[in-house]
Amino acid sequence: MSILVTVGAQVPFERLVDAVDAWAREAGRDDVFAQVGETTSPPKHIAYEPFLTPAQLLARVQAADLIVGHAGMGTIITALQHGKPIIVMPRSSALGEHRNEHQLATAERFAERGAVTYAKDEADLAAWLGRMDSIQAAPKISSSASPELIRAVRDFVADSPVRRRST
Amino acid sequence: MTTEPRKILAISSGGGHWVQMLRVLPAFEGHEVVLATVDEAYGVDAPGYELRVIPDANRWNKWALLKSAWAIFRLLRSERPDVVLSTGAAPGFFALRMGRLLGARTIWLDSIANAEKLSLSGERIGPHADLWLTQWPHLAREDGPAHRGATL
Repeated sequence: MSILVTVGAQVPFERLVDAVDAWAREAGRDDVFAQVGETTSPPKHIAYEPFLTPAQLLARVQAADLIVGHAGMGTIITALQHGKPIIVMPRSSALGEHRNEHQLATAERFAERGAVTYAKDEADLAAWLGRMDSIQAAPKISSSASPELIRAVRDFVADSPVRRRST
Repeated sequence: MTTEPRKILAISSGGGHWVQMLRVLPAFEGHEVVLATVDEAYGVDAPGYELRVIPDANRWNKWALLKSAWAIFRLLRSERPDVVLSTGAAPGFFALRMGRLLGARTIWLDSIANAEKLSLSGERIGPHADLWLTQWPHLAREDGPAHRGATL
């Protein structure tokens, strides 16, 4: 097993990383790596880096058996494109982790579709980690948007005039 | 139907905005596409595409906003795209507003992360987007964005 934790490229998410760190210590896991952001309280047990380049992240995702992340679309779509099971714990604006509660809505809606496993808090996350074998990856998605969206954009472009460009 | 290639500028911030924008690129097959985002390291996700880097910005940092807007203006002047598309956030907002003033047609595709209501940029861009889209059917409105599928 190899578990990748990622909090995205913007701000840290200690509540998530600390929960995984505590679980990994108790469970005696040494197969967890976390991308934690610019934090003043890094994890004590698991391996980590503040940031990964897109190329490093890609390699980590490909090698991972399970992804644990914030409920950011970059993280969710990346997991789905690679057919990896993912547990998301949303950032809470009430706790100062985001500007609004949109990650909560994202987590709920994607969980309804069976695309992600939704951990509502740290205890829930630890519980899911304890039975990670029961978490299935959603069917791998293609690298393209829905045919309807592609058609709408393609038609719009075809209807747009070509402007004269000076060379 | 004319098949003359159009020039497209597809511009977004990093993270989820970028990942969603990549999923729209198949719509531009046969056209000339320039991508713009906030870090050249993202180029690894889009091999074969031309990538321009612009400074990131959000509405809490006015100086960064100004620098970002200036870079986008220069990019628009040099590329002169026929169509500008963005999935957000602030840099895309600027690109659509200025792009349209400079004669391009514009597409705003609000991020799928905005499932409860449109983003602030996504709400305000309405009058400046020739194609104004939300990825959630329940957010489509008569006087607001349309729903024409999603990036997922």
